[in-house]
Amino acid sequence: MFEWKWEFVWEILPRLLQATGNTLIAAGAGYAIALVLGLILAIAQRSPYRVLTFVVREFVEFVRSTPLLLQIFFVFYVGPQFGVRLSPWASGMIAIGLHYSCYLSEVYRGGLDSVPRGQWEAATTLNMTTVQKYRRIIIPQAIVPSVAGMGNYLVGIFKDTPMLSVIGVAELIHTANAIGTENYRFLEPFTLVGLIFLAISLPAAGLIKVFDGLVRRKMGLK
Amino acid sequence: MGFIDFLVQYWPRLLSGAGVTVAQFLLAAVLGIAISISMGLMKLSQKAAMRGVAVTYIEIFRGTSLVVQLYWIFFVLPLFGLTIEKFTAGYLAVGMNIGAYGAELVRGGILSVPKGQWEAALAINMSPAQRMRRIILPQALVYMLPPWGNLMIELLKGTALVSLISVTDLMFEARQINSSTFLSAQVFGAALVVYYVLARFFVTPFMRWLERHMARKMGRA
Repeated sequence: MFEWKWEFVWEILPRLLQATGNTLIAAGAGYAIALVLGLILAIAQRSPYRVLTFVVREFVEFVRSTPLLLQIFFVFYVGPQFGVRLSPWASGMIAIGLHYSCYLSEVYRGGLDSVPRGQWEAATTLNMTTVQKYRRIIIPQAIVPSVAGMGNYLVGIFKDTPMLSVIGVAELIHTANAIGTENYRFLEPFTLVGLIFLAISLPAAGLIKVFDGLVRRKMGLK
Repeated sequence: MGFIDFLVQYWPRLLSGAGVTVAQFLLAAVLGIAISISMGLMKLSQKAAMRGVAVTYIEIFRGTSLVVQLYWIFFVLPLFGLTIEKFTAGYLAVGMNIGAYGAELVRGGILSVPKGQWEAALAINMSPAQRMRRIILPQALVYMLPPWGNLMIELLKGTALVSLISVTDLMFEARQINSSTFLSAQVFGAALVVYYVLARFFVTPFMRWLERHMARKMGRA
């Protein structure tokens, strides 16, 4: 039987908390990319150009049906083959941002579809350009029903950051693994990582629910 | 090396990797479905203790990451004398993880069966177990199958993580070939296509077929 050692916990906790910072930065940066790119993908699917719509649709399907881990390797290793060197952080952010942008585009798509036709027609009557219509009329209304879905993927992206450890991003799992191999003790580091994940993702999920309710009430929905 | 030459040389390894991926997928799916049903039912139980177990299980597995769970099962459990072989640890972790998500789907499906169905089953003197098995679950299945389609894709993608504990699945073979040849675009490209084909032309059509089949059986087609 292996015993839990508190002194070892206190010894490694600062390092793990530092890695938690990296994990949060990775999740935040990846999410920022995904939020913007997802909106572009969602709007592109509504364009009148059939070829563009088709290509974007298939791209989203492709990315959503293949593993993120494989996409991270693809971005990291294929660049150098063609002379483009990307750091682990850069390729990690590209892969994770791209992966989640495809999920978010589906969330936005639902939101955009829920905006009533009359809003489009009213915007046209006011002689707005397409960009104005999206920016001032459609997107603000499409975001509200999307808040819950967007929040879920924020938690999702946070829980997927451990995959970045495979290309050497020093996030939580990578650090726990390093601590484990240095000290031949895996019980404390891996258990602590699990607890840190719980301590962040459970309150986050709760906050998202509260925030979603708040936004909906503010906009007079439900 | 061109893509065709690459495939000619390496297809046996990619194929054997894909075989392991499919095996992991099927085993994890069976385990995940069993856990989903039992945890989903427990979460609806009248007994607070049962609900407590289900909520704890679901929150732990949904609140931490699959990678963390996989490492914990593979590296930490042996310290308590419970050594699990890597192939088993792989589908155990993936199945237990998917089971937590599936439990919520089962719960939602059961709750969406109209109240009249519960009352009718009670009126003809069925025991709670009979009512669940013959009346409620079959109808709940029809309601929850569409989201299960997505979950099965997530499951397939989740199996790629077992490569991290050296299960020789498609992801693992791709990494091995990559580190010995550096033909990254070819090998990772081929692996992406295999995963896509499995998801788009096997898992999704099967789930759609099952949806239609069940709906027809329930007289809702």
